[in-house]
Amino acid sequence: MKRLTLGMLVLSVLAGCASTEPAKEQPRAAVEDRTAKPAAGTEGTAQPLVPPTSAVNPLNDPNNILSKRSIYFDYDSDAIKPEYRPIIEAHAKYLTEHKSAKVFLQGNADERGSREYNLALGQRRADAVRKAMAVLGASESQMEAVSFGEEKPKATCHDESCWSQNRRTDIVYQGE
Amino acid sequence: MIRNRLAFLLLAIGLILVRAAHAALTIEISGGAALQIPVAIAPFPGEEAFKDRISAIVAADLARSGQFRLVSTTGVSPLPRQPAEVRIADWKARGAAALVIGSVVAQPGGRIDVQFRLIDTVKEDPQAPGGVIQLAGYSLPSSPAQLRATAHRIADLIYEKLTGDVGVFSTRIAYVTKRGNVHELQVADSDGANAQTVFRSREPIMSPAWSPDGARLAYVAFESKKPVVYVQELATARRWAVANFKGSNSAPAWSPDGRQLAVVLTKDGTSQIYAINADGSGLKRLSHSDAIDTEPNWSPDGRYLLFTSDRGGSPQIYRMPAYGGEAVRLTFQGSYNVTPRYSPDGKRFVFVQREGGRFRLAIQEIASGQVQVLTDGALDESPSFAPNGKLILYATEQAGRGFLAAVSSDGRVKQRLTTEVGDVREPAWGPNARP
Repeated sequence: MKRLTLGMLVLSVLAGCASTEPAKEQPRAAVEDRTAKPAAGTEGTAQPLVPPTSAVNPLNDPNNILSKRSIYFDYDSDAIKPEYRPIIEAHAKYLTEHKSAKVFLQGNADERGSREYNLALGQRRADAVRKAMAVLGASESQMEAVSFGEEKPKATCHDESCWSQNRRTDIVYQGE
Repeated sequence: MIRNRLAFLLLAIGLILVRAAHAALTIEISGGAALQIPVAIAPFPGEEAFKDRISAIVAADLARSGQFRLVSTTGVSPLPRQPAEVRIADWKARGAAALVIGSVVAQPGGRIDVQFRLIDTVKEDPQAPGGVIQLAGYSLPSSPAQLRATAHRIADLIYEKLTGDVGVFSTRIAYVTKRGNVHELQVADSDGANAQTVFRSREPIMSPAWSPDGARLAYVAFESKKPVVYVQELATARRWAVANFKGSNSAPAWSPDGRQLAVVLTKDGTSQIYAINADGSGLKRLSHSDAIDTEPNWSPDGRYLLFTSDRGGSPQIYRMPAYGGEAVRLTFQGSYNVTPRYSPDGKRFVFVQREGGRFRLAIQEIASGQVQVLTDGALDESPSFAPNGKLILYATEQAGRGFLAAVSSDGRVKQRLTTEVGDVREPAWGPNARP
């Protein structure tokens, strides 16, 4: 029952993205609580003794949405698709709660066309994520949107199966 | 600094030329000018004592331009070395319009004297000794290390005498190679020889641009995990960040006086064009739009900038006064026209046009707006004019590998420059000036 309520709160924050009203702190703290709960399906089974969970960096915890770092885009587009909203939401919240954290938003483009124009297209994708996170309360001083254009492809084949993987913005924390 | 020995094969007219043993860059030519000048180049006595054979390098240069047809000298015996020894009838019979003769003489102390003469083999002058008309004649001091440069100089002098245009055989080119994750900015002679790496990085390198005096290169490198514009002095390898603002810094273009660069920055939002002094001072914003403005290129007289902008909904080429004023759209055919580069006379520009999913080079006359398509590749990009405006160097791709190619500005002559390993991209043809 509590989980359902939290889900509704997240939705209300997402709905708020489009407005000029910055998201409020309350629901974000609640979301982080949820990640601290034991994983489902582990009750009643023997568990090895592991170090305290506080040692796990939430940014790298595969069970934490903060470990998701890539936002993918359609051809010739910098519109953020709804499925990537939760990732942007989580990182914006992390930044508001960790004022010393800084991120590079690294935009990328597929290989077709001019390298410099693709650098500008990648920049636009990085800026789209930066602006979305700013609306959600992340400080501009914590973010730098940069572009790799087509210079650092994640996938190197020469058809849409690779191009779609290369039209993206990666969220990279300083020091990573 | 690594010194790659790049040699080349010339496959035009069935000639296979020097230094194939270390071949790393292959040049193939197809097509030719409408009127090729038939020229015979006799071997220079004495040249065989040296690794770099003058007559072979001169012949390769002239053939590569597409404006000459090499006339065979085999069977002419003895080969003339002085004007008085030339029998015009021998060369007329072979269809030659001109003949090059010369000699290479080693002097004490490592000096080499190179002499050459360009002989008219169409006309005769009854007043002259043997009736021979000499069009040009030079004595050039050289050394074993300078023989290639001397040969290129001779090719320039012949080219200028016979075509009336400035030769570009003594120029250099810059380009970026990628092998695995290693990116190198290299500088080579215009025939691909004497390639040297001037900057190496595990991160990408792009957009090299020569300063007008040929002493410096501006380029974009990503070693600080973002695009930053650097300037590097070639003689000293001294380099400095000229534009390293928040966001991306890219697309450097030198002003014709070499004092400043147009660059593209995102510090104020979307990609916009700025001018900055070569030492990084005096930043000034030049374009003011809420769209992408990028790929600036100065007119040879410094009054205008061509650039790419998608302010009209698709990327097109615009021109604006270099120090502020309204931009005018220049391209209207198709939905993707990018990377404008002025011809050296400022009357035309070459650019990349997308047509049916293919990217190819086209050239547009500014006054008339007339467009001519120059290439038919799938991913042709990064065009760069030779300083005489006759050839355009560009990057293309086949089977997923990048290589360089050149096309004459009338589209008639095409060259491919291929390497054995890795990708080659982002060519920039250097100026005629050499520091």
